[in-house]
Amino acid sequence: MTTHAEYPAVVEPEELEGAQALLAEEPIPFDVEAIRADFPILERTTPDGRPLVYLDSANTSQKPRCVVEAIEDHYLSHNANVARAMHLLGAEATEAFESSRAVIADFVGAASSEEIIFTKNASEALNLCAHSLGASLRPGDEIVVSVMEHHSNIVPWQLLAERTGATLRWFDVTEEGRLDVEGGLASGLINERTKIVSITYVSNVLGTVNPVAQVAAAAHAHGATVVLDASQAVPQMAVDVQALGADLVAFTGHKMVGPTGIGVLWGRYDLLASLPPFLGGGEMIETVRMTGSTFAPPPHRFEAGTPPIAQAVGLAAAARYLSELGMDQVAAHEHLITAYALEGMASVPGLKILGPSTAVERGGAISFTLVNHDGEQIHPHDVSQLLDSRGIAVRGGHHCARPLHERFGVQSSTRASSYLYTKTSEIDALVDALTYVVGFFSRPPRGR
Amino acid sequence: MNVEDLYQEIILDHYRAKHHSGLRDAYEAEVHHVNPSCGDEVTLRLHVEDGAVADVSYEGVGCSISQASTSVMTDLVIGKSVDEGLSLHQEFLTLMQGRGQVEPDEERLEDGIAFAGVAKFPARVKCALLGWSAFKDAAVRVSADQKEEV
Repeated sequence: MTTHAEYPAVVEPEELEGAQALLAEEPIPFDVEAIRADFPILERTTPDGRPLVYLDSANTSQKPRCVVEAIEDHYLSHNANVARAMHLLGAEATEAFESSRAVIADFVGAASSEEIIFTKNASEALNLCAHSLGASLRPGDEIVVSVMEHHSNIVPWQLLAERTGATLRWFDVTEEGRLDVEGGLASGLINERTKIVSITYVSNVLGTVNPVAQVAAAAHAHGATVVLDASQAVPQMAVDVQALGADLVAFTGHKMVGPTGIGVLWGRYDLLASLPPFLGGGEMIETVRMTGSTFAPPPHRFEAGTPPIAQAVGLAAAARYLSELGMDQVAAHEHLITAYALEGMASVPGLKILGPSTAVERGGAISFTLVNHDGEQIHPHDVSQLLDSRGIAVRGGHHCARPLHERFGVQSSTRASSYLYTKTSEIDALVDALTYVVGFFSRPPRGR
Repeated sequence: MNVEDLYQEIILDHYRAKHHSGLRDAYEAEVHHVNPSCGDEVTLRLHVEDGAVADVSYEGVGCSISQASTSVMTDLVIGKSVDEGLSLHQEFLTLMQGRGQVEPDEERLEDGIAFAGVAKFPARVKCALLGWSAFKDAAVRVSADQKEEV
């Protein structure tokens, strides 16, 4: 049994011009089949021969061939350590690493490549902020986050508060899953004691796109520094770090078709130059004496030890790949697929979406709960296991955002997340399979 | 791997109608166990009388596998000696860690043999062990307390 009749017919790329009813006036972004040809993994099938439907891109994205080849070429032809080897390969590796920094700077609109710090992931970038920015905090100071944050934008600040005696406070969300900016500001959440405001740009659970400029303006009005977790934003939409209003922006490589093992922290140069180091070690120093050391200017001050060199090369290839497609096109496709998925999923009986139910100011992560015919919750582990048996990859659990789930009174949720290679027929497969899951867990007990 | 291997009817039956669920008053140890990867939780109380498991009561949130496994566990250990309960825990653990290569003993594990298929799904083994691990923890605590008293 399918639910096809209840939402618009399958829209394949070649038919996109006919999909105006669904897509309203939006431009048609790009040929998804051509993009899929760049991602060999998407051709895989399950052991029983089903096509693989990868809807876990908010967790990690798949990688196009050009990214993997850039990494391979680096290791096979240019590998050496950077900034210290006085030989041909050392010069090539250093050039590759530093030019990758320039590519990333350009990709997010940084004023210069000195504003781009490579870390091992977004979590490390946020921990860097908590340590370096947080070093000057005193008891009585306040740090503001939100209840919709990923654990990586909560725990580093909790640890900072414990170290310094500062207080951690947070924005709530509305029932629809929007950041409650009005409520927060009206209650004096941001005030003269606020030193740091750190929020997410796009929620990894709700998909909500937050009004960063509004929050940043309120924070700056009280002299606070604004940190932004853009891990779910940079892969999905054109991001201009200088226009956002934030002072520090963290994101990760592996969600934007790049490799694992590399994250990025962008910061305004004057701010970075004023901050103490995070980790100590090689590369981040100016002069080391047994009695004390001085430190390199940014970005190297924050890059102790051998950095993720090949990963930086891969990340630059990823940024080039996305730039060639055009981030506005990527965003348009994401919007199309999200709207299509929200509409299709609304037809599944017992499915409740956490977060905005329309594709307005919304990214591509769609989390939901599911109940059986008796109204009992079907656990996300069970949902994702049955989907997996049909070749559909989603994530079940709290998605590293337990406080947010608690806020909505649920223990966990299932999340489907699309990306530039997602096609509408995959959403159809998801909707079909979800209906099957509800049926599976609605079978009456045998009365043993 | 067939998903039907995982979701045996016995498992679904226990999931839909959990045995011995709810927290009851008489107990010597209460433990709270969490599966950090998914947030599944169980609070479990153990009541021991004369070295035997008089009651296991519990409350939790979790998937069908973790809930059903806890239900089956209570059926198995209640009425047995604590040592026998721990021995059953070890036997079930061996089955779960056997990657589908261990032949379960139906005489000993009864409905627990339905979980043999779980061993072929490594991501779900932790689910099946949640309640059992809580029982073991509680049993060890009760034994330690009793030794102190002696």
